[in-house]
Amino acid sequence: MGHTEYLQQLAQQQWLIPIFPLAAAAIQSLLKRPTRKLSAALTIIAMGLSCVFALRAFFATIDGGEHHEVERAVFNFTWFKFGTTSLDIGFVLDPLTAGMAAMVAFVGFWIFVNATGYMAEDENFTRFFCFLSLFAASMLALVISNNLLLLYICWELVGLCSYLLIGFWYFKPSAAAAMKKAFITTRIGDVGFFLGILMLYWKTGTLNLYTHDALHPGALEQVSALALRNGWWGLSAASTIAFLLFIGAMGKSAQFPLHVWLPDAMEGPTPVSALIHAATMVAAGVFMVGRMYPLFTAEPGSWVLDFVMWIGCITAVFSATIAVAQFDIKRVLAYSTCSQLGFMVMALGAGSLVAGQFHLLTHAFFKALLFLGSGCVIIGTHHEQDMRKMGGLRKYMPITFVCYVIGMLALSGFPLTAGFFSKDEILLATFHRNKLAWSLGTFAAFLTAFYMTRQIFMVFFGRWRGGDGDRERSQDDKGHDDQGHDHEHHEPHEVSWNMWLPIAVLSVFALFMGWVGTPWYGGNVFHHYLAPEEVASEHSDMVLWLSIGVGLLGILLGWLTYGRKTMEHATDKDPLSAALGSLFTFLNRKWYIDELYDVTIIRFTTTCGVFFRLVDKLVVDGILHAIAWTAWGISQVFRWLGDEFIINGGFDAGCEGVQLGGEELSKLENGRVQNYFRVLSLGAAILLLIYFFT
Amino acid sequence: MNIPLSDYLMLSAFLFAIGLCGALSRKNAIIVLIGIEIMFNAGILNLMAFWHYKYFATPTAYVFAIFAISIAAAESAVGLALVIAVYRFYKSVTLDEMTSLKG
Repeated sequence: MGHTEYLQQLAQQQWLIPIFPLAAAAIQSLLKRPTRKLSAALTIIAMGLSCVFALRAFFATIDGGEHHEVERAVFNFTWFKFGTTSLDIGFVLDPLTAGMAAMVAFVGFWIFVNATGYMAEDENFTRFFCFLSLFAASMLALVISNNLLLLYICWELVGLCSYLLIGFWYFKPSAAAAMKKAFITTRIGDVGFFLGILMLYWKTGTLNLYTHDALHPGALEQVSALALRNGWWGLSAASTIAFLLFIGAMGKSAQFPLHVWLPDAMEGPTPVSALIHAATMVAAGVFMVGRMYPLFTAEPGSWVLDFVMWIGCITAVFSATIAVAQFDIKRVLAYSTCSQLGFMVMALGAGSLVAGQFHLLTHAFFKALLFLGSGCVIIGTHHEQDMRKMGGLRKYMPITFVCYVIGMLALSGFPLTAGFFSKDEILLATFHRNKLAWSLGTFAAFLTAFYMTRQIFMVFFGRWRGGDGDRERSQDDKGHDDQGHDHEHHEPHEVSWNMWLPIAVLSVFALFMGWVGTPWYGGNVFHHYLAPEEVASEHSDMVLWLSIGVGLLGILLGWLTYGRKTMEHATDKDPLSAALGSLFTFLNRKWYIDELYDVTIIRFTTTCGVFFRLVDKLVVDGILHAIAWTAWGISQVFRWLGDEFIINGGFDAGCEGVQLGGEELSKLENGRVQNYFRVLSLGAAILLLIYFFT
Repeated sequence: MNIPLSDYLMLSAFLFAIGLCGALSRKNAIIVLIGIEIMFNAGILNLMAFWHYKYFATPTAYVFAIFAISIAAAESAVGLALVIAVYRFYKSVTLDEMTSLKG
């Protein structure tokens, strides 16, 4: 069997990847009362199986040997028909899909393992794992789909799971608000996405991406024709569709100005933040742009790619500045995720699919690592999320500390870690496209290194500040607390093996994964794997050294500000706030973007709502009431005239007649057998007489 | 001597009328039962008379008659059992007092 046939066969079996988590979710939701062990085991085993199949597909795509074009196998089939139109869905197997599916399944697997520890004490353990399984299934299906319809279905499904999981602790008002915010904000982007899908169907007559069939070409096989047709806003059809699809990606990947939902999504349990809001779902937008990338590049010189690049650039810098001034350990990471997604989008806009996808994959590993690490910290410090009340955890949680530092170095772009190579490629691609965007990106990289160093020093170094508020009470209790239990309770502790093992595994990847994308030995392996036809950016020493320089400078400045003299008390002022003054408050309040939306969009919408309510009450209700009163009046006439007299009267009389007749007749039934017999004999006699005389 | 068919039929009709009168007019359940039996036998007599004058060559009617008599015996056994059951319940066999079928 040739390699192409083998790939074809694997493409046909792509559905095996999402089916296991889906089955696990179904079983858990249908079981009347699944136990914790059963539900965790089901989820993890299902994810492990998915991982096996995803890795099988991944290695199959690697084995292609020397090739100069992407090898792509597709499998399409008809979902349903109406009239002469048939709707197809299908699966695709190419390096983009295989790499992404393998990452999602692998990272997801370790996050699930960690979640068994993080959620161990939660009442709704089984519900959590059911949602997680459903999410994993939808995300994997999204990745393998060769069809915008299937992709859109799964896109909304992951959105739903995100909604359910952000609001997992729905009894907290903040979580309930965050879940609604996330759902509605991404919905705004989805309107654009949906319009893009409609327009694509209108212009090409198909939603399949690739068909390998000259008679019925898939949408992405028609881009050269699309690029010649006219779209809107002076763009070609291809660019218009690309622009609309990108709006969807902006919502999902939390790009400015639709980024507001992602930091609030941290209300969900931390494994959810790691899986959905750092590693996979938010990357779906970037992935989708990568999937539809031929549309973006079809028309040379259109402003869509520039738009993409600037949105990414603004998001990268803007979120990084906010991350500098946050105190919640998860919020720092959330804004950092926004910023890194901005980097990916910027790379795509700069014309490098490889750089964007490479950063997506490496980022998934080290950001999942950081989030799971922060989950360990939160569990280790008994649900404390404020970094000002942490400190000194290095001594209490050595394993978490080491892993966290590895994640931080990778994110900061410390030389030779995963983030270093991917970020460098992005900056290189941007450098050749636009110098201003490149400088802003470099600045964001500097901020990244700075805020991560700040976090490390606040959380892991210095003195344990968590007990500050409880100290006096703790000392009082000591006298009559025999086991010293209360004292122990306030001390942070290392987490159990099922929580630190995943971050240890992920940190190996965070350290070494970048090596697949180095330009040093015989060309960039990842580049060759993902998109061999893409022209590699010309290497530039200046960009390389500058990106190393800003990374190290950020770490150095972070150490100078936070490392040399660590905070003594939880109530101490942040050293940076002294230096920056009101600017710090401005950043801490997230540029007042939420407040801005409150007074503009939300106020506007509310005013519209009030106005339309008045219109509804006065005009619509008025007309409605007039009609209703008229109808009521007419009905009254009919009621008295027709109903009461004719229908009711007639009916009642008929009923009474029947009743009276029944009463009379029932007197015949006196129960005397001989009477019955007599009547019977009389009847027989009459019959006889009739018989004789006729 | 040669007895014509009509004599048999007249006897049968007479017996039937006696039985019917007894069944319709008497109050005692046992007498009613006896009346019914007389009507039964009138029917059988009728059957045998017709056989004798019309289908003498074949013995079919004997079989019918024996069947009918044995069924009548079974029926009267059931009927008497019913009368006894009724007597136990009502402490009487007077039919006029049994009106629980009244509508």
